[in-house]
Amino acid sequence: MSDAHGIRIAAPNRASAGEVIEIKAMIQHEMETGYRRDQFGRQIPRFILERFECLYNGKPVFRAELFPAIAANPFLNFFIRATESGTLDFRWTDQDGHTFSERVTLEVV
Amino acid sequence: MNETDALTRRRLLTVAGAALVTAAAWPVRVFAEPADVEASIKAMFSQREIREGRVTVELPPISENGYSVPLSVAVESPMTETDYVVRIAVFAEKNPLPDVARFELGPSAGIAHVRTRIRLGDSQRIRAVAEMNDGSLWTGHAFTVVTLAACVL
Amino acid sequence: MRRSAAILALMFAGLAHADETRSFASRPDLPRASVASGYTFLTRETQLLQDDPFANPGYLWVDRGARSFTESIGTASCRSCHAADGERALVGVSARYPKIDSSTGALVNLERRINICRTRYQGLEPLPYESDLLLALTTYVAQLSRGQPYEVVIDGAAAPYFARGRDYFFTRRGQLNLACNQCHDDNFGKMLRGDRLTQGHPTAFPGYRLEWQTLGSLHRRIRDCDAGVRAEPRALGSEIYVALELYLAWRAGELPIESPGVRR
Repeated sequence: MSDAHGIRIAAPNRASAGEVIEIKAMIQHEMETGYRRDQFGRQIPRFILERFECLYNGKPVFRAELFPAIAANPFLNFFIRATESGTLDFRWTDQDGHTFSERVTLEVV
Repeated sequence: MNETDALTRRRLLTVAGAALVTAAAWPVRVFAEPADVEASIKAMFSQREIREGRVTVELPPISENGYSVPLSVAVESPMTETDYVVRIAVFAEKNPLPDVARFELGPSAGIAHVRTRIRLGDSQRIRAVAEMNDGSLWTGHAFTVVTLAACVL
Repeated sequence: MRRSAAILALMFAGLAHADETRSFASRPDLPRASVASGYTFLTRETQLLQDDPFANPGYLWVDRGARSFTESIGTASCRSCHAADGERALVGVSARYPKIDSSTGALVNLERRINICRTRYQGLEPLPYESDLLLALTTYVAQLSRGQPYEVVIDGAAAPYFARGRDYFFTRRGQLNLACNQCHDDNFGKMLRGDRLTQGHPTAFPGYRLEWQTLGSLHRRIRDCDAGVRAEPRALGSEIYVALELYLAWRAGELPIESPGVRR
């Protein structure tokens, strides 16, 4: 994970089986829309994160397709049902296919 | 000057002699015409019937700043293996590109509720269309006012 | 229409220097309760954004600053010196800035102090003002003072800087010929286009400004103010802005530091 794309995740460490838990995932990214012009009037090319996935023990449980309308330093708040202990992987993919990810563990009792 | 124009359009105000403030770009200047939300919806869902209801879109009535508007989309659904939301598509009526985001859920999501922050170039209506596992489509919408920053900087 | 008339009136009203005793900060008859942070002028949604460390984008910079603080780079990591209680060692420190640097006798703000540490003790190059890493380090240290009011010294060696900063605040400038006090002392709470004028306190900075779509320093915000009245903004890190920073820190009274704050 590069310094230029810091990631901040809010997720509980433990949950009871069947409990619905709340996740907040935020990543540092300018999300350049492609609709702005620089000080010389030249169009600034689009440069955005296009995809987000949350994988629960490798299985996708929440996915998002992001467009330029998503604000810079994208923030996503969603829910997932805790079923088994394991890992939650959060992965963002930009328009060039580069990925940025973070992992947290979840203990389900 | 029409006050509505001044308030609802982000425009570049150039004043002779004003120094450039930062190395970054001028404020958002939307130079493309608002695209057709209906066309976007049809492209995604063809001619299938979309019913009003079950989808709640929440936006602040007046946005603090068009660069970051908090959006909430919730769909009434038990989210069980046999009755769940497959995906939610969000559209902005007056942005240059109508597509805002598409969320893919499923029974593992537990609750069909997503919050994010979006960028809006103008006061407008945001629409969300939710597709259920039985193929039915539902929609809801909300409106927000987007104003110019005080010093246009 | 009335708003434009009000602005025009401000521009042409009076030829004398603005009376500094009209500042609410120096008038004992005004209730202290009238000092209010920009937080109180935000919509509820934006207040909630500032309050939630997992939604407030400023915390991305705090994280980066925290990581950099412990990294061994140059001759030593920040932590190796400031190790009294680990990373808690700098709690309350940023509240005392700007302050006089004992070796040079100059007034320095937190950004300059971090660069002094880098060059003097770590054998590193100073970081450019407004660079991402300097913002991260500054926000990390400022955040350690979150909730505390400024405790700046304005007498002794700091007195001439304080006077310069105060004078800047009360001097008309720019094509709109406005002084800071005319909006932020005399007209806070009133509407300027779609925004409500605040009292112009520095407590949110370094902070996330929605208009910038990123986190930035107080000097960047002050440059936007100067450009807002169509005056030539001064350089980031300039001595006059550091002096103004001292005046603003004193003027904020008991307001708590909110960095990383969120503002429009």
